[in-house]
Amino acid sequence: MSDFLTALVQHAFLRQALLAGLLASIACGMVGTYVVTRRITVIAGSLAHTVLGGMGAAYWLRSAHGVQWLHPLHGAVVAALLGAGLIGLVRARSREREDTVISALWAVGMALGVFFLFKSPGYKADLITYLFGNIVMVDPAALRLLVGLDALILLLVLTFYHPLLAICFDEEFARLRGVRVGWLYTLLLALIALTIVTLVYVVGIVMVIALVTLPASIAGLFVRRLWPTMVLAAVLSSAFTVVGLGISYGADLPAGATIVLLTGVVYAAAQFGSAWSGRFR
Amino acid sequence: MTANDTRPPVVEIRDLHFGYPGQPVFTGAKAEIRDGSFVSIVGPNGGGKTTLLKLILGLLQPERGSVRLFGGSPAKQRGRVGYMPQHAHVDPQFPVTVLDVALMGRLGPGRMAGPFRGTDRAVALRALSETETADLRDKPFSALSGGQRQRVLIARALACEPDLLLLDEPTASLDPTVQDDLFTLLHRLNERMTVVLVSHDVSTVSRHVDTILCVNQDIDEHPAGAISGALADLFPGAEGLSLVRHDHHHHGHGDGEHPRGGRS
Repeated sequence: MSDFLTALVQHAFLRQALLAGLLASIACGMVGTYVVTRRITVIAGSLAHTVLGGMGAAYWLRSAHGVQWLHPLHGAVVAALLGAGLIGLVRARSREREDTVISALWAVGMALGVFFLFKSPGYKADLITYLFGNIVMVDPAALRLLVGLDALILLLVLTFYHPLLAICFDEEFARLRGVRVGWLYTLLLALIALTIVTLVYVVGIVMVIALVTLPASIAGLFVRRLWPTMVLAAVLSSAFTVVGLGISYGADLPAGATIVLLTGVVYAAAQFGSAWSGRFR
Repeated sequence: MTANDTRPPVVEIRDLHFGYPGQPVFTGAKAEIRDGSFVSIVGPNGGGKTTLLKLILGLLQPERGSVRLFGGSPAKQRGRVGYMPQHAHVDPQFPVTVLDVALMGRLGPGRMAGPFRGTDRAVALRALSETETADLRDKPFSALSGGQRQRVLIARALACEPDLLLLDEPTASLDPTVQDDLFTLLHRLNERMTVVLVSHDVSTVSRHVDTILCVNQDIDEHPAGAISGALADLFPGAEGLSLVRHDHHHHGHGDGEHPRGGRS
């Protein structure tokens, strides 16, 4: 770990990686708590995979058509928001089963991403980066976008904290009070989508779901109110990211997988510990 | 059925037709709930109690006929209703405190963004005091007993400052002593608002409310005193039911009426 600290002082790319991880942790602490309490993990998983379609399209536009200002994360934001809007619309307006649409988005988004990356000229290593994360690939442009996304997520959660809490706890009651439930639910999906985008470089599309759900789930064992759960989840997620990054740097392991494994181990230990002692609940 | 009759109806149902595909629920039902009354909607499971509630709240639309709430359309007027859902409807493990839950009653079309105001907190706290749960305000909802949860959900309904309190199965899964306490509270609230509750348990509610609406494809009104007649409607062929009026268990008397005690 001391090697890691020394390296952190020496290398700007590591500091950027660490900052990206911390920014993502703040977002997933807040939004992950809604995902876990509202029990919409599957929607988060679907949106995560939808993101690949947007990243692939942006990558293709840049490499095959010379749209240089376009960052893959821009594509990720667009795809994630489109997916969130579609699920929100289906839920509010359509008789089609919501879970079928969620599964369709999951696979079709993925397929689109593979398609676009295949059609892009040059080396295809980026597919692996998007799928499994590569936190040291975070460039200053991505970092600026992450800061913006984090600020937006924080602002929206602080502004709509109470109505979002109300629709997660009892949607029907909120609707009867005249709260615009459909609109808020779509906002929640959009927040989840943006959070996923912040996590793509940290752990990759395939493993995003671990950081969205597990820190909030562990936090839920210790605190029983929404905003302290958010704070604790963000702290836990930060710790997993920093420690995971440190371990992976020292042992030369893939950072995303190390962070997720560490999170998974702590989650399992916390759940077993909680069940065994019976004291937390 | 006294002076109440001169006041305008809170709920007015005329020629109500409603059904689900292949399954008609109401065919020309009519009913009226008067201001200040204490009414229970009873009937067997699948008889249309919940459907009627959703029609009154404007969550469902009649196919024909009309449902009027405070003389207007339910969707526009339901802000005046304090609604308490069945307790199984909310996730008991959800991370909220008692005060958080009561404050949800203060949300509305004009109150979506930002923190609650001091007046909102005051109203929510008053509602908790009224249901004798103010001392639990900082406790997690998950740590409460079944009876306490019902009271907190009633407090949330009261925090809406309603003219009509609508409760779906408030007595389900509560033991008889806790049920009696709950009815004492509802009687007190009935002094200033109309109280309507849905129940599958005719014998319990008939001791407390003044009017009973029997819902089984149709809606029939009975003063609570004439409950044996109501029971005869519900359970045709079961004469002599007056003998078991105060019994909590209707074993063998009906087609769909089962005691539901012992659930936690």
